[in-house]
Amino acid sequence: MTSTDQQPFLSVRDLKVHFSTEDGVVKAVDGLTFDLAKGKTLGIVGESGSGKSVTNLTILGLHDRDRTAIDGEILLDGKELLTASERELERLRGNKMSMIFQDALASLSPYHTIGKQIGETYRKHTGASKKEARERAIEMLKRVGIPQPDMRVDDYPHQFSGGMRQRAMIAMALVCDPELLIADEPTTALDVTVQAQIMDLLKDLQQEFGTAIIFITHDLGVIADIADDVLVMYGGRCVERGTKKEVLRAPQHPYTWGLLGSMPSLDGPVDVPLNPIPGAPPSLLNPPTGCRFHPRCTFTEKIEGGLCSTEQPLLKITDGRGAACHLTADQRREFFADYAATRSH
Amino acid sequence: MSRFLVRRVLGALVILLIISAITFGLFYAIPRDPAMMSCGKNCTPDMLAQIRHNLGIDHPIPVQYWDWLKGVFVGRDYAGFGNCNAPCLGYSFANREPVLGTIMDRLPTTLSLAFGAAVVFLIFGVGAGMLAAVKQGKFLDKFASSASLFGSSLQIYFVGYVAMFFLVSKLHLFAQPSYTPFTEDPVSWFSGLLLPWLTLAIIFTANYTRMTRSQLVEQLSEDYVRTARAKGLSRANVFFRFAWRGAMGPIVTVFGIDLGVLIGGAIITESTFSIQGIGRLAVDSVNKSDLPMLLGVTILSAGAIVFFNIIVDAVYALIDPRIRLA
Repeated sequence: MTSTDQQPFLSVRDLKVHFSTEDGVVKAVDGLTFDLAKGKTLGIVGESGSGKSVTNLTILGLHDRDRTAIDGEILLDGKELLTASERELERLRGNKMSMIFQDALASLSPYHTIGKQIGETYRKHTGASKKEARERAIEMLKRVGIPQPDMRVDDYPHQFSGGMRQRAMIAMALVCDPELLIADEPTTALDVTVQAQIMDLLKDLQQEFGTAIIFITHDLGVIADIADDVLVMYGGRCVERGTKKEVLRAPQHPYTWGLLGSMPSLDGPVDVPLNPIPGAPPSLLNPPTGCRFHPRCTFTEKIEGGLCSTEQPLLKITDGRGAACHLTADQRREFFADYAATRSH
Repeated sequence: MSRFLVRRVLGALVILLIISAITFGLFYAIPRDPAMMSCGKNCTPDMLAQIRHNLGIDHPIPVQYWDWLKGVFVGRDYAGFGNCNAPCLGYSFANREPVLGTIMDRLPTTLSLAFGAAVVFLIFGVGAGMLAAVKQGKFLDKFASSASLFGSSLQIYFVGYVAMFFLVSKLHLFAQPSYTPFTEDPVSWFSGLLLPWLTLAIIFTANYTRMTRSQLVEQLSEDYVRTARAKGLSRANVFFRFAWRGAMGPIVTVFGIDLGVLIGGAIITESTFSIQGIGRLAVDSVNKSDLPMLLGVTILSAGAIVFFNIIVDAVYALIDPRIRLA
C-alpha cells in the first residue's frame, strides 16, 4: 500500500455506489479510495451500514446492476472491473478473486454436497473432470483442516459444525488459488477458539500463496490480529486510514477513538466502563451535512464557526496515513491523550 | 424409506377409515330415504320395507357400516345379486351396478382430464412465474402478475360456458368437448378434451404463476445464490440449479394436493362440459341418495389426496437433503 513505484494489485479510486430506492437515492459508498498490494491484508472497519460490504460486492460485480449507479474506478491487476462484461467477471470470480461470506450455513447451498460445491468452482475455471474436481475438493478440505476429508466431502452443509462450515467455505474460496480474497466478517458467527483457528488458517494460506486479502469486520481485535493496513469507514466514506499500528495506537479520528473506547481491553484495568458511541449510524438516504459523524461527535464545539456541520472534512493521505477531521493535528494529539487517560485511569 | 412407506400407508388407511365413517354418519343425518326414491308413486309400506331389506338399510347404522367395511376387506354376499369379491364397495342404490365397476369406468375420463390440465397449468404457470421472477419489476413481470390476478378471479362455470358458446358453437375452433378413450382414438381424445383442459388450467395457471414467482424471488435473494454467483457460475446455472431447486419444494407440495383434488373429480368442469367423470358421478350419487356410490367416490377422492401427499413427502426428501424420511 505504501509502495509508490509500482502499480498496486488492487486499486479502488473514488468509488461511488448509489442505489435508487422508492424513498430516494441511498449513497451506500460515497467516494472511496484505497490500494492493496499482493500478500498484504487490508482491514476495513465500520458499523453496519457503513458501506463495507457494498464496496466488496461491487468489486466482485455482484451488486444489483439495475438499481445501482456506480462511479469511479476499480483496477484489479490493471484491469478495469466496473466496465468489464458479465462474462469477463464470471471468469474472474471464484478464480482470480473470491469471497468468504459471514454466515456459512446460509451461504452454502443446502442442496449440494460440500465436495460438489467446492469442485464446481474448480471445474468452472479449470475445465477439470468430475473426478479431478472431487480429488481437488478433498485436497482443499484437508488443507483447511477438516478431519477425514475423503468421507466428509460427500456431506451436506447441515451435517457440518459451524467452524467446519466456515472452513469449507474458505476451501471453496481458495480452490482456484485466488490472488484477491475478500473475507466479509468470516469469523463473526464463530466462537473465539474457532475464530482464532480460522484466522491462523487465513494467515498461513496468505503466506503460502501471497494472496491479497480484504478483511471486513467491526471487531478491532480481529484487525489487530490479521491486518497490515486499516481503513475505517463511516457513512459510506473513509474517515481514517493507516497501518494497523498507526490506526490502533495513535488514531486520528474521533470515530476511531469511539470504536476503540467501546471495546473492552484485556490489559487495561477491569473496572473501566465501556464507552459506546452515542447515537445511531447515519441514514445514507439523508446523510448529515458536512462531516457525517458530526451529530455523534463530542468534539464539534472545538471547531470554530460550526464548520463540522457545514463542510465535509477532506481526507488528506500522506504515505498512506490520514484522517478526515477538522481538528488540527495538535488538537487530535491532545484530545486523544486525554481520552486515552480516561480509559486507563 | 421402507419404514417411511409402511408408516405412511398405515396412516393413510386410518384416515380413509375415519372418512368413510364420517360419510356414513353424515349420509343418515340427511332426512331423506333412499328407499322412497326407488319405490315410485304407488308405494305401499310393504314394498318400502322390502326395498329397505334389499338395499340392506333395514339394519341399525353401525351394523350397516360394519357390513360395508367387511365387504371392503373380505367381500360380501348380496342376496339377489350374488357374490361381490373384496374389495367390495357394494352395489349402487340407484341402478344396482357394482360401485367399483362404475368408478373404474369413469376413472380414465377423470384421469385424462386431470393430468392433461396439470400438464397445461404446470408448463404455463411455472413458465410464466419463472419469466416474471427473472424480469422482476419489469413490464413482463407486471404483465404476468396482473394476468394471473385476472385469471385467478375467473370462474370455470363462466369461462367454460363463454368458451363453449364462442369457440365451439360460433367459431368452431374447438371440437365439442367429449371423452373418447385414448386407446380408441388418440386424436379424438385430444381434441375432445382440449377445451376442458385449457379452461380447467386457467385458474390453476394463475396460482402457479404467482407461487413460482414469489418462491423464486425469495430464493434469488438467498445468500447461497449470491455465493454461487461469487464462484463465477453463470446467471442461468445459478437460476436453475440453485434458486429453482429451492423453489421447487413448495410448488411440488401444492401440486400434489391439486392433483389429488382433481382426481377426486373436477365437478364443475365435468358438469360444464358434460363429461362423465368422477365429479359427475359424485353429484349424481348425492342427488339420488346413492350411499354406496357416494362412499366409493369419497374414498377414491380421499385416497388420491392421501396418496399424492405421500408421494410429495418422498419427492421433497429427494429435493432437499435436509429432510429425512422416517
